[in-house]
Amino acid sequence: MNAPPVTGGTDTPIFEARDVSLRFGGVRALTDVSFSIRKGELFSIIGPNGAGKTSMVNCISGRYRPTDGKVFFKGQDVTPMAPNQRAALGIGRTFQNLALFGHMTVLDNIMVGRHNQLKNNFLTGALYWFTGARKEELAHRREVEEIIDFLEIQHVRKATAGTLSYGLRKRVELARAVALKPDLILLDEPMAGMNLEEKEDMARYIVDLNEEWGMTVVMIEHDMGVVMDISHRVIVLDFGRKIAEGKPEEVLADPRVRSAYLGEDDVEVAPAAPQQEVA
Amino acid sequence: MNLLFQLLVNGLIVGALYGVVAMSFVLIYKASRIVNFAQGEFLLIGAWACWWLLTHWQLPFYIGFPITLAFMMIFGVVLQVVVLRPMIGEPIISVIMVTIGLSIFFQALMKWMFGVFAKPFPPIFASPTMNVLGLDVQTVYVVSLVISILIMAGFGWFFKFSRMGLAMRATAFDQQVAQSLGISVRQVFAMSWAISAMVSAVAGVVVGVVNGVSSALSFFGIKVFPAVILGGLDSVVGAVVGGLIVGLLENMAHYVDSQWLNFGNMYEIAPFYVLIAILMVKPYGLFGTKDIERV
Repeated sequence: MNAPPVTGGTDTPIFEARDVSLRFGGVRALTDVSFSIRKGELFSIIGPNGAGKTSMVNCISGRYRPTDGKVFFKGQDVTPMAPNQRAALGIGRTFQNLALFGHMTVLDNIMVGRHNQLKNNFLTGALYWFTGARKEELAHRREVEEIIDFLEIQHVRKATAGTLSYGLRKRVELARAVALKPDLILLDEPMAGMNLEEKEDMARYIVDLNEEWGMTVVMIEHDMGVVMDISHRVIVLDFGRKIAEGKPEEVLADPRVRSAYLGEDDVEVAPAAPQQEVA
Repeated sequence: MNLLFQLLVNGLIVGALYGVVAMSFVLIYKASRIVNFAQGEFLLIGAWACWWLLTHWQLPFYIGFPITLAFMMIFGVVLQVVVLRPMIGEPIISVIMVTIGLSIFFQALMKWMFGVFAKPFPPIFASPTMNVLGLDVQTVYVVSLVISILIMAGFGWFFKFSRMGLAMRATAFDQQVAQSLGISVRQVFAMSWAISAMVSAVAGVVVGVVNGVSSALSFFGIKVFPAVILGGLDSVVGAVVGGLIVGLLENMAHYVDSQWLNFGNMYEIAPFYVLIAILMVKPYGLFGTKDIERV
């Protein structure tokens, strides 16, 4: 682990979780989870259903506040911060269940993502109606077009988001998160419910985001093939505890991971077959 | 025939005022899904505040009016922060109950502070009426029509192009998602109440100048309901159109009634009949959002 990883990720951590625990009454969603994500890394969180993956992502984005433990972003303790403050610092996310603004156009959806990049606030915007605010928006429109080009959604830019197909809506949601220009982007099951072709496209966008756009990516995904192909590092959660961390192939070889996925009564599993969809 | 035209023009102007109040009602509903039953009291408070500045402090209108607006803006923010922010996350019906409570409270407060009798505004314009196309129209109505149109255009611009407007639309759809995109939901709520209180106060002052200030002003809040529901609760354009329709209907009904029917009181009731008829045909209102659903 001391040697710098072959691909992606520097040694400086961009995010760190220290002994994060999350309880809802008597239910322990997370117990003492610690890990750090390096800048520029493509990092995956996997685990069986109900393992606490989404809870973990919610702790990163600020939707949940850990019951115990702290979370650090760029060296700063962000534990008490609200989601919108963390978004302003550079944490973007998508949601497991599609959460587009259904009645807005695709373009407006993405413009909401740019919200934080606009410098004019309500008052200056109102005072300089015909100067600064307008010009600024035009500059942002250009950047939005870049994102639209990147995710290949030009043809639907004026369409109402709620009327699009599932795969397209997932892409628009990603575009909206990218528009925030986050340093850390959290993708909660970006490929759920997609067909093979859509999954391949999505995987390509994610890799490009990481490599070309320089974003650190945290991904929750059930498709092990994709996770193993594109992740630099993986952590595995089971019943709210971290049971493994490391390169994909190392993690997959870990007997605890296999028992978590396949049950305690461990049958012999061929280690050479990591490409199947588990869970 | 002259009476008919007179009523039409009146209907249009009062309708525009309804439209303005309806818009500020829609603003709160759009951002936070709260049906604000205290909207009429915003008019009342604004009118009393302006009246107080003009009579008690003898300020000229062009100074007193901006102060009133600034006061209402602060009032809206404080009301939201103190009373409504603790209600975030509570069932929406509880929040609506709170607004009913606010309405009763402010009515009583205003009566206690300023008395129960209508008090006239000091004269603001050089001549109280002016001649438009051969009709006598109150000067303040003409001015109010201009202000209404300006406010409407401002709202349209605000929601379509401004960052805050977009943030409000986003918050209306999904607060959690809006937060994840860096929008401060608290700020959006405070802003929507501030703007709503401010815009309502404009209408309050206009009506106060015409009829004098009294508790009767808060009936405007009730009158605005058919306008808002007619237009579809969450549409700004709908609010304007709804307001105009209700304003015109009132006066038309009054005309028809006074000429032929002699039922009496059609002025008050006709808009509600039409409201029911329209909702039977278009249950989301004329411009309301239909739920988009893909199965």
